[in-house]
Amino acid sequence: MAISNKPIVWGPFAAGGTLTAFVTPVLVLLTLAAALGHAPDLFAYDRLHAFAAHWLAKILIAGTVFLSLWSTAHRLRITCYDLGVRADTLVATIVYAGALAGTAASVIFLARI
Amino acid sequence: MTERAVELEVLRYNPETDREPRFQRYSVNCREEWVVLDALNHVKETVDPTLSYRWSCHMAVCGSCGMMINGEPKLACKSFLRDYAGVIRVEPLAHFPIERDLVTVIDDFMAKLARVKPYLIPKEPAPANGGEYRQTPAELKKFKQFTLCINCMLCYAACPEYGIIPKYIGPAAIALAHRYNQDSRDGGREARQEEIAATEGAWECSFVGACSEVCPEHVDPAGAIQQVKIRSTVDWYKEHLMPWRKE
Amino acid sequence: MAQGMSRKPYVRPMTSEWIFRHPRYVRYMVREFSCLFIGGWTLLLVWGLKQLAEGPAAWAAFLQWLTSPASIVFHVAALGFASYHSITWFNLTPKALPVQRGEEFLPDRAISGAHFVAWALVSVAILFLAGAF
Repeated sequence: MAISNKPIVWGPFAAGGTLTAFVTPVLVLLTLAAALGHAPDLFAYDRLHAFAAHWLAKILIAGTVFLSLWSTAHRLRITCYDLGVRADTLVATIVYAGALAGTAASVIFLARI
Repeated sequence: MTERAVELEVLRYNPETDREPRFQRYSVNCREEWVVLDALNHVKETVDPTLSYRWSCHMAVCGSCGMMINGEPKLACKSFLRDYAGVIRVEPLAHFPIERDLVTVIDDFMAKLARVKPYLIPKEPAPANGGEYRQTPAELKKFKQFTLCINCMLCYAACPEYGIIPKYIGPAAIALAHRYNQDSRDGGREARQEEIAATEGAWECSFVGACSEVCPEHVDPAGAIQQVKIRSTVDWYKEHLMPWRKE
Repeated sequence: MAQGMSRKPYVRPMTSEWIFRHPRYVRYMVREFSCLFIGGWTLLLVWGLKQLAEGPAAWAAFLQWLTSPASIVFHVAALGFASYHSITWFNLTPKALPVQRGEEFLPDRAISGAHFVAWALVSVAILFLAGAF
């Protein structure tokens, strides 16, 4: 039995799970506030554009997107297997590729800000 | 002497005559303070001597009488009749092949326990007159919890991943490996990694946590498995990102 | 002892109905499904970045969509599921990262408690940085 390379995918999953545990609820709360029309000045274009234009903000946002999508992908992979979908390699390829695609998209959009 | 009328619905299976298992109903008068094991013994003694099941100590230390009681993995000697209402469904431990009646095939489990090298592997060969190992209370406390496993296999019955992936080495085997890895006298962690850090080792676990919930000895195999995952992950990244390091 | 006794072990089939065998498995599935909402919200964030990059008009359209009923329902559910993920994650942390001080291990609630406090502080900090107060 060889030592598995699972840590490659598990490491980012654990990091993402921890990050999302700390920050996702409050971030969802913020966009929920926007959805309900509260404090519209918080979400003004100039304000958010200025924030996202900063190099540090870009790194943080891209990192958050990557870790959030990766931990989602990993959990989705496990859940599919739990629910009886046996094609693990196929599912893994789809979910991790999706996470990387989402991350790439966020990097591209951030580069344009 | 208070009596209690008990209805047991027991899964029977005779490999010599049955194509598949079937339920059999037994009605017996039990004592109020009895456990399910007492009820089974009463059935075997007075109603049906062919009923087969494992048991020994009757005090939750030998790990023999694990079975599904109303769908939950339990020790029959620790399941009090007074805690159950209506018909009590008794089946062999889930996720194991049925040998006969409530007796399961445990060869897979026994083999897995042996695979994790469950013995002290000294860091250096000890000289013949080297004296005893010394260990502080803190060093003992570090692994003591994981020594309490009675090999009852309730955790395997509770673990859905073991049910789905029979090759998964399972909670008790990993907790056992962890017991030795955490022992200050031991130097065999790397040797055990081949088994518990393999794909069919800790990585099949998705931290459902059912194993720790049903464990009658509070070993917390789920905790052991996560600790193995974290340590293995740190090792992996150190090895691949800093290959010049010598441990 | 029966002569020539044959073994014919019976393997019970494993179906997906294990999920409903006990409330703990349902709770596990709910926890796992929280990833759909966390991932979904993150994709929303990525779309928001796209709209932000395209200019004020696109951004206004994004904010407009946010106020739609579908968005509000999603956000309420996402808030619930994301919080459930956080609660379950922090409650499990002490099992994965036990801390031994001297002879004894720190009680679980000390470690998870510290995480909950940190969660509250981080949330307040983010709200403050966002300009909520």
